Amino acid sequence: MKKGYTLFWLVPLLVVIAAYPVVTHSVMAREIVFIMLMYVSLAASLNIILGFTGYVSFGHVVFYGIGGYTAFFLMHKVGLHVLPAVLAGGIMAALVALLIGEAVLRLRGAIFAIATIGVNEAVKSLVTNLGFLGGATGMFFNFKIYRAYGGAAKAIWFAYYLMVAVTIVTVVVSYLIKNSKYGLGLFSIREDEDAALVLGVNTKRFKSLAYAFSAFFPGLVGAIFFFKAGNIEPEDAFHLVKSIEMIFMVMLGGYGTVSGPVIGALIYERLKGMLLVNPLFKNLHMAIAGFILLMIVLFAPGGIVGYLRDKFRKLRGVLE
Amino acid sequence: MDAWVSAILSGVLLGLAYGLAAIGLNLIWGVMKVINLSHGAFIALGMFAAYFVFHSFGISPFVSVILILALGVVVGMLAYFVALHRVISAPELSTLLSTYSLSLIIIGLGTFVFTTNPRAIDVGLGSIKLFGAYIPASKVLTGLYSLIFTAALYVFLFKTWTGKAIRAVSMNMTAAQFMGVNTTFILSLSFGIGIALAMVAGALIASVFPFTILSGGIYELKSFVICVLGGLGSPLGALAGGLLLGLLENVLTLKMPVGYVPFIEFLILVVILLVKPSGLLGKE
Amino acid sequence: MILKVENVTKMFGGLIAVNDVTFEVQEGEIFGVIGPNGAGKTTLFNVISGVYFPERGKVFFKGEDITKIPPFKRARLGIARTHQIVKPLNELTVLENVMVGACFGKVNVGLKEAAQIAEDVLRTVKLDDKAEVLAGKLNVPQKKRLELARALASKPEIILLDEVLAGLNPSEVDEMLEVILDIKNQGITILMIEHLMHAIMKVSDRIVVLDYGKKIAEGTPQEVANDPKVIEAYLGDPELALKLVKKEGTA
Repeated sequence: MKKGYTLFWLVPLLVVIAAYPVVTHSVMAREIVFIMLMYVSLAASLNIILGFTGYVSFGHVVFYGIGGYTAFFLMHKVGLHVLPAVLAGGIMAALVALLIGEAVLRLRGAIFAIATIGVNEAVKSLVTNLGFLGGATGMFFNFKIYRAYGGAAKAIWFAYYLMVAVTIVTVVVSYLIKNSKYGLGLFSIREDEDAALVLGVNTKRFKSLAYAFSAFFPGLVGAIFFFKAGNIEPEDAFHLVKSIEMIFMVMLGGYGTVSGPVIGALIYERLKGMLLVNPLFKNLHMAIAGFILLMIVLFAPGGIVGYLRDKFRKLRGVLE
Repeated sequence: MDAWVSAILSGVLLGLAYGLAAIGLNLIWGVMKVINLSHGAFIALGMFAAYFVFHSFGISPFVSVILILALGVVVGMLAYFVALHRVISAPELSTLLSTYSLSLIIIGLGTFVFTTNPRAIDVGLGSIKLFGAYIPASKVLTGLYSLIFTAALYVFLFKTWTGKAIRAVSMNMTAAQFMGVNTTFILSLSFGIGIALAMVAGALIASVFPFTILSGGIYELKSFVICVLGGLGSPLGALAGGLLLGLLENVLTLKMPVGYVPFIEFLILVVILLVKPSGLLGKE
Repeated sequence: MILKVENVTKMFGGLIAVNDVTFEVQEGEIFGVIGPNGAGKTTLFNVISGVYFPERGKVFFKGEDITKIPPFKRARLGIARTHQIVKPLNELTVLENVMVGACFGKVNVGLKEAAQIAEDVLRTVKLDDKAEVLAGKLNVPQKKRLELARALASKPEIILLDEVLAGLNPSEVDEMLEVILDIKNQGITILMIEHLMHAIMKVSDRIVVLDYGKKIAEGTPQEVANDPKVIEAYLGDPELALKLVKKEGTA
């Protein structure tokens, strides 16, 4: 894996985007960028297990939900500050990934995909029935909680900065993994797991760790998102459509690359935004997303970055 | 006592219909190693087809299913050429995503055209007394029809040349190709039949329960559970799995809150995949 | 003695693929494994490399019992192999493929050093001009060489070669044989399965013959070729029997 300069433009790009709402003091811009960054982080994390390791985690939203619920519970019922709560959300998601990964990562291909959908649906219906997590209606913050951060307005900005930090860390970590010996091991698993095993790759541990990495960041993201939202419910936290959105962004940008999921997420957020405000397309956005996804799968399986890397070999150093 | 009889009968009858949808999923997996993530969308399409035929022409779903079956085969074969043919030998991710995008397109267009308002088909056949319990006639017919369609599929798969070719392709595609089987046709036909079964199951279920364009998703997830129960790729296993799930759903609710039923179903799905991926009823 | 296979039996359902097989491989030698199709040769390799665990019997590597340890640990110990049906990491470059061997095999080095080793090994197997090509784009003989390069890059003590000559034309066979002898000269022990009789007779120090999972003969190429039991076993496969008899003199 040749070291390139991908991070030298990718991180500044994210910083510029993140700085825009701060400089303009625009609440509307902040809301848009918050979602954008959230998508970037989610897509980049999913890419670690999907793009680097080749395991199609179809129910990946489960880690976002677990992180969200863990942090929300700790803030709402225990009174913890948002920082340790968010960290706990990420750690909980990673631990659950290690635990269920031990079992489901033995499955391969489509069967693994189905199992992860099953895991998400099982967790969703379990949470729906757990009284101490608020059951089907979920939990709501008492607005007093935001006082600790200087009021609701400041708390939301705080959540925004947290999201910026988490997003940049996610992208940097994904770059570091890809360009490490560990990353080479993951890619060998993606290409042929049996061959990797015989070549000396501890496939079981590598996969588990990749799954934990790709669960940790969605755990953080979920925690921040629901802190900012002020309420959490099972239908939002474990919404399978969010899983699909993550996969869509990874595929659109180019799976297995570092910049692909970032580009995919940025484009997807804008696309969705444009379609949703247009009265004609508002109700058609799902069908349009489906059509685009089909076109990618059929004609450009490498996504945007994969296509560019194919067409312009010179760009490879900066487009990892 | 009556509650038990009625629960068990409902379980069996609905289980047969769930089984029918799952057989479609299983046939597709068995022949082309594709998990059809558009199954739910086609189940919903079947529901709406039955609904419109019923409301426009007053034709009962129990008559229009034949039409829907034929429509399903054609639509399914078309869908194969649009979404699957190009990626049929690509890694699983491609077929998972291409069938999922089909589902997005169908449900997206469906939402646009039909909105997500709930609908129902009231065939108005009243109830039948069976073993001391009153069961809606539409439920009885649904079970009966599902059984007939399953039997017909078996006759087709085992007694006709085309059916045998489908089984040959599912066992060994390359060998079948050498024996002169047109694999492209067989693959598209298998997908067509799988889709047709999903649509038929949808049409039958629509005569029992109210539905929206999004309802297919629930039945698709049920189909996964059933296939895993009965063994992925085994059509008869799917029927048994359907019965098991139908019974589980209807009998469990007598003893525990309804909310826990999906949890138990998906727990079963995951546990069986882990412990015995060949399915509870599958061969080693 | 570097490798010892002791009373190994491997079954699939009711079928006995390897039946009570015992042999020892000495350090530095080329040890051939031959036998008709379905004799259990590849299964034996899978038992030695850890892909399958045997029902009975033991495998020792340098005196250590490795019967139950997973494949990746065996690679670390210094056992490398190639596959009869090649397993290239398609979407990685040839160089990266070979680096995987160096990164996770016996030498177990970091990326930079692995790249160095990979470049050297690629020169040895004459694939250095393809280093930046995706492995999936190679033709079959090139993929065979890639298999070999990946195994070599791990700096193994013993290397298991599963039909590396199959599908090569005569001049490619000679080239590959040179590479194999070169590997031997580096002090690496070689265990090889081969159908090409004259080739394996020429390079092997000793040979073991399997038939229906059982060992029916062991010895030098000459001893094996003249063993009536071997000739009988091969008579079931007339084409191979012919090759055995014809090439024996020229070996």
